[in-house]
Amino acid sequence: MSHDAKDHAEPNYWGVWLALLILTILELGVTRLPVPKFIEIFALCALALTKAAMVAAYFMHLKFERGALILIVMSPLLLSAILYIGLVPDAITHIRWIPN
Amino acid sequence: MSHAATMSQIEEHYENPLTPGWGKLMMWIFLCSDAMSFVGLLAAYGSVRMFDPNWPVPSSKLDVPLTALNTFILICSSVTMVKALAAIKRDDRKGFALWLLGTIAGGSTFLGIQAFEWTHLIVHEGLSIQSSLFGATFFILTGFHGCHVLSGVIYLTCILIRGLRGGYDARSHSPVEIAGLYWHFVDLIWILVFTFVYLI
Repeated sequence: MSHDAKDHAEPNYWGVWLALLILTILELGVTRLPVPKFIEIFALCALALTKAAMVAAYFMHLKFERGALILIVMSPLLLSAILYIGLVPDAITHIRWIPN
Repeated sequence: MSHAATMSQIEEHYENPLTPGWGKLMMWIFLCSDAMSFVGLLAAYGSVRMFDPNWPVPSSKLDVPLTALNTFILICSSVTMVKALAAIKRDDRKGFALWLLGTIAGGSTFLGIQAFEWTHLIVHEGLSIQSSLFGATFFILTGFHGCHVLSGVIYLTCILIRGLRGGYDARSHSPVEIAGLYWHFVDLIWILVFTFVYLI
């Protein structure tokens, strides 16, 4: 256990729970808004990533860990971006081969 | 120097408050690799969906309000997990057992609702892993996550049994914290799966 993780004050878990609940309700609300699809997708991704970050930071205590561990844990985010960008050309190529 | 003394020194080193415990570090490494498994599945899902003009609107096939309730249950179970850890850190063994029992109940309820949803989709909607790309990606993603929840429920049950036998206290609770990391990870992944598969 890291020094920081051991000594930090206990976060307000019910506050985090309330924030996650509100963000989930907001997500459901966004799907009903009469906005262009790309704005809806952007808003939903932002809300989901915010929720995921809150779970990692407060419930998994990542916010209170040492920097090196945070950097290691963040690596899948970078790798996932590379993976996703790598797949896009493949998907574009694939669509050309779909028979009409 | 005896082997036992050497091991003791090693353990003392790894339990040094300035370094992460080896168990926690190993769990984080596992979670990173597991995250990449989900990232691979989500990326494949995104790429097959993005360029399929006939992809159905998820809300027309899936029960979004029911799954939103399930998401809420899983988030609640994360809170009960952190409360269980906080309780054992205070040496409150009864509180630890009750909060952990709540977490296990939350995970079990999540699985029950998911089983109900799957049954409805397969029996009444005719959706299966072979029926369409939508069905294949849906069942693989939610099924892979469901396996994680089931593993988590079993894992936490083992932790609870050991806890009831007096295995943990204020000074020794690393296994509880490590199990909690796994459980929160399962919650975190579901937040993403719920948004990408059900809402977008």
